[in-house]
Amino acid sequence: MRLSVEGVGHAYGGTTVLDGIDLAIAPGEIVAVVGPSGCGKSTLLRLIGGLERPTVGGVFIEGDAPAGSLNPITTVFQDFALLPWRTAAGNVALALEDHRLTRAERDEIVADVLARTKLTDFAGAWPRQLSGGMKQRVAIARALAVRPAVMLMDEPLSALDAQTRELLLDDLRDLWVRERFSAVYVTHNLAEAVQLGHRVMVLSRRPGRIREVVEIDVPLPDRPARAAELEPMQRQLWQMMRDEAMAADRELTDAA
Amino acid sequence: MPPDMAPDAAVEARTPPAAAEAKGRRPVPFRGGTFRPRAIPFAAPLVFLVLIGLWELGSRSGLISPIALPAPSEAIAAMGDLIETGMLWRHLEASLSRLVMGWTIGTVAGIVLGLAIGLFSLARAGLSPVVSALFPIPKIALLPLFIIWFGIGEGSKVATIVFGTFFPTVIATYGGVDSVDRTLIRMGQSFALSPLSIVRKIILPGALPAILSGARISASIAIILLVAAEMIGAEYGIGAYILLAGSLFALDQLIAGVAMLSIIGLTVAWLIGRAERALLDWRT
Ligand SMILES: Nc1ncnc2c1ncn2[C@@H]1O[C@H](COP(=O)(O)OP(=O)(O)OP(=O)(O)O)[C@@H](O)[C@H]1O
Ligand SMILES: [Mg+2]
Repeated sequence: MRLSVEGVGHAYGGTTVLDGIDLAIAPGEIVAVVGPSGCGKSTLLRLIGGLERPTVGGVFIEGDAPAGSLNPITTVFQDFALLPWRTAAGNVALALEDHRLTRAERDEIVADVLARTKLTDFAGAWPRQLSGGMKQRVAIARALAVRPAVMLMDEPLSALDAQTRELLLDDLRDLWVRERFSAVYVTHNLAEAVQLGHRVMVLSRRPGRIREVVEIDVPLPDRPARAAELEPMQRQLWQMMRDEAMAADRELTDAA
Repeated sequence: MPPDMAPDAAVEARTPPAAAEAKGRRPVPFRGGTFRPRAIPFAAPLVFLVLIGLWELGSRSGLISPIALPAPSEAIAAMGDLIETGMLWRHLEASLSRLVMGWTIGTVAGIVLGLAIGLFSLARAGLSPVVSALFPIPKIALLPLFIIWFGIGEGSKVATIVFGTFFPTVIATYGGVDSVDRTLIRMGQSFALSPLSIVRKIILPGALPAILSGARISASIAIILLVAAEMIGAEYGIGAYILLAGSLFALDQLIAGVAMLSIIGLTVAWLIGRAERALLDWRT
């Protein structure tokens, strides 16, 4: 299944937030999206996820979703979005309950994704008992449970501390190596972008337009070992972002 | 549980270290002793016992005139009479059935309308002003109307309680729905949950703490209205009993009746506390 974003623009009231976004996501590809604060990254994900309709352009699905996919386009939220009144296993099960599955099938999927995200021992824990990193792993397990063709991840690691972020980044990379999911991965963190993205799309400040798309042609599994090669790319991205970020920053201070 | 002020702990914490060991090794002063609620199970019964004991002493010594206030022992004797003659159960049965019926109907209807107002813009725009307009009307003032509409018997009494509990429940429920985290609802939509599932699994549990604290308030309102409603045309019921005792100046019976209301109130509060602990065990 391919996802294509064609000429998408979006406005809230009079202010244009996104303009002329074209993007195609191939199966198994991770596109990282970076850009200054307020440039419309979260809005772009909501449009792709069908939670809002774009003012111009459209988002299209080509081809069939892979067999067994229950929710082809699935979001992982920055603040986890776990129900506090359900245990880890209950939160994962929530995503499956509206599908025609027997109880045994459902339990099997839940146990399987919890094992894949190393959460088996915490199946019965309440969200309040889990650390931030574990909460986000529960949210990732929930997303995996519906076998998505495309995962939309809005700064999934930015609510976590630096060490946990590093660990979870490794987990995500291992997961990709096993599952080959495709994803749109929004982040503020350029290191995350070059570690996880096959392509990095740089947006300009509001209204968000595509400034540059950078290919990162180091295979994902090799990236931790070949960090030296990624370094210049990260610096190149930062050069691009810097001017935009500074201008955006000044804009916000003026507005305030 | 009110915060525990623990005045002695506070004094201790502020006491400066003895001058002699001013430069010696010493633990950091402990300052965490105040404002720490803890369960003290025997406090409440003890306070009740002490108050009643003082009252009894006052009556026996003649400090409290029996015309102004009968001794607790007399009220207990009146209660004993009620139990012996079997009238207690008659009164309790009449009152409790009105209370349970009225409160249940009022609460269920209130939750339904509260959800409707919380979920649908049209219901909110159209009905929430109506709720605000009707909520502050004392339902006792409408009792004559209810008697005309629902009859002098059970109907008007139950209706008074229904109307009294309905409005606070509506307001608590839609306040609870409004306070449900929007990102949780977004999450439900993004996983393509049906609207019914979102209401049942996300919105209702999220609003439940507010609904239950609304239930606490509406239960007390129900007891107040019960007595008021039973003062007109009721043969049995705690309100009728209190009214009759009052008109005969049988103060011992009056106190016995009032004590029964307090016991009902305490029981209801305890039941709701149990429900909260059972339903909201996911909170700390
Ligand atoms: N529902 C909305 N109504 C009106 N304006 C909105 C709405 N959602 C977002 N905006 C505005 O659209 C712009 C882009 O918002 P968006 O959240 O997509 O930015 P972002 O790139 O995700 O920012 P950040 O990096 O801070 O997460 C912002 O200026 C924001 O104020
Ligand atoms: Mg955002």
